[in-house]
Amino acid sequence: MRAFPLFFFLLCVVPALWGNHITVCPSCHIHSIQAAVDQARPHDTVFVMQGTYIESPIRILKPLHLIGQMNPTLDGGGKKQSIFAVQTDSFSIDGFHFTNVGLSYTSEIAAIFVANSKHFTLSNNQMDHVFYGIILQHVKYGHLLHNTVEGKAIDETSSGNGIHIWKASHIHVEDNHISGMRDGIYFEFVNKSKILRNTSQNNVRYGLHFMFSNHDEYHHNEFRNNGAGVAVMFSKFIKMHHNIFHYNWGTASYGLLLKEINDADIKWNHFVQNTIGINIDGCNRITYENNDFVRNGWALRFTGGCYTNVFKNNNFMYNAFDLSYNSRVNNNLFNSNYWSEYNGYDLDKDGVGDVPYRPVKLFSYIVNKTPETLVLLRSLFVDIINFSEKVSPVFTPDQLVDKSPLLKPVPIPPTPNKM
Amino acid sequence: MLKILKYSIYDLLRSRWSYIYFIFYLILGFVLLFLNTDIDKAIITLLNIIIVLTPLIGTIFGVMYYYNSREFTELLLAQPIKRKNIFLGQYIGVSLSLSLSLLIGLGIPFVLYGLFKSASIFDFVLLIVVGTFLNFIFVALAYNIALRTENKIKGFGFAILMWLMFAVIYDGVFMISLFIFNEYPLDKFALIATMFNPIDLSRILILLKLDISALLGYTGAVFQKFFGTSFGLLISLSVLTLWVLLPVWSIMHISGKKDF
Repeated sequence: MRAFPLFFFLLCVVPALWGNHITVCPSCHIHSIQAAVDQARPHDTVFVMQGTYIESPIRILKPLHLIGQMNPTLDGGGKKQSIFAVQTDSFSIDGFHFTNVGLSYTSEIAAIFVANSKHFTLSNNQMDHVFYGIILQHVKYGHLLHNTVEGKAIDETSSGNGIHIWKASHIHVEDNHISGMRDGIYFEFVNKSKILRNTSQNNVRYGLHFMFSNHDEYHHNEFRNNGAGVAVMFSKFIKMHHNIFHYNWGTASYGLLLKEINDADIKWNHFVQNTIGINIDGCNRITYENNDFVRNGWALRFTGGCYTNVFKNNNFMYNAFDLSYNSRVNNNLFNSNYWSEYNGYDLDKDGVGDVPYRPVKLFSYIVNKTPETLVLLRSLFVDIINFSEKVSPVFTPDQLVDKSPLLKPVPIPPTPNKM
Repeated sequence: MLKILKYSIYDLLRSRWSYIYFIFYLILGFVLLFLNTDIDKAIITLLNIIIVLTPLIGTIFGVMYYYNSREFTELLLAQPIKRKNIFLGQYIGVSLSLSLSLLIGLGIPFVLYGLFKSASIFDFVLLIVVGTFLNFIFVALAYNIALRTENKIKGFGFAILMWLMFAVIYDGVFMISLFIFNEYPLDKFALIATMFNPIDLSRILILLKLDISALLGYTGAVFQKFFGTSFGLLISLSVLTLWVLLPVWSIMHISGKKDF
């Protein structure tokens, strides 16, 4: 794995040194990118100078390096075809500006469409007014770096995803900015890949959408103000850490939706002002450590059978509800968390409260049964029944306790998503 | 009436209760802002207090003032002054002095902590407006009770019961009925039910501005659609006004007929 960057570097640099250079500009002898691509021999480099090129599709079927100088604009002319349709190994596309990719309800059209490829880099591209930004299909060992995709999506049916990857492995998605698309980043059947330092915001549906993808990790990303937050579904062995999930606020929003996730690690994340911090549905053997849950509607919401999850050293601060639980406790463990609503004492001054904390309040139990009762939130009556339930628990699961609640919040450094 | 109003305000300004009330709000404001410097969060905490305490203090103060000034009232009644003016003057005097304590007591700390620079000034203003409404409503209701009951102990008992009814029991019944009928669509019912309780109405009015709108799901959408618009705000403020006007009308009606 350590040799990989070097290998990759050679892959990029060596052809650039030995291959030929072809220059394309609007007033040059070669003024169409497709013509340059057709003329080039494998491993040549095509330089595209500043200007606007109305071309689509540009088919690339041999290993090439396309480099945009001073951000040339590739205009799809609103046609229902991808601008770049690539089907080859060892290529790179760098520094272009894509616009005007047509919308289709039946086929997937993108600024860059890559199929059946290995060892490629897509970097420093900007995309706006595109249906899909980047689509990868059946690929391996790809790098998507420093791309920007901006859309103005209005609804889910007439919009596409920023970065859409289907059937792939070993993909690195790093430092991209995606906003205003349907899903910011979409992963389906993508294994052993990494999503690092991306920003995904204001998307109609999910900031990040994971389906059937195993052994992936994503960290130092920011997911902000997306229609429904981030969804991770039907996946195993995912590492999620140092991410920020915030302002995913709406009637059907959450910071993070976990559905049928097993053996994941969720650490050092910040969940701030989401309607639901994490919605957990049928997830087993997940470790939640050192996460910050601040001012969410529900910090955690369990909605299905979940077994052997461990919650340790998390901060639950100023959430309307810390926890909502609609099934049995099923040996999920809460230990050594900080709860801002904890009002026990610590006689031996070891920083751990002497009285266990029960995170499920009676009102949260009632709201689970009859959601309409939520209009009574913060009413004196609710405070009274919560208090009486706390004194003698009758309805709330009595095994669900944090036996050693912390008295001071765990210091969790803010996560810079630019490193 | 203005003269009576003036005298009853002077009277209240001389009594230490309005100062205690004023100092209580002052300390409360400073402590809240000292504990969490975030004005936004302080407003949420303040909401809880205003929703519970303003009605309670309004109720007790109203009843107390009526019984205390009974002799003076009888003296006034012997003069050629309209009954309406006497009672209205007293009522407005009490409500105004309570509202002033609330406004100044909370206003000073919040302004000192930079309210005018904060984005939550609108929420704060709404909170004060709602608090003032609650003062006027509950003093009026308390006056009604006091006018109807000669016995002081009984009067206090009824007044506290009335407060308990609006602050706690109503919500309890409301919750139980939501619980029992949860097979039916309840959002319209919930919306209407809140209109019949000024405390619930004020609470939801502020909460929707603050934090819960998104938590409410479908019901929330209905509520947000209603209260979130300026039309809804207008409606709820007029319902609150109605909650003031009806008891005031009743005060005038009873005081007109009552044999002192």
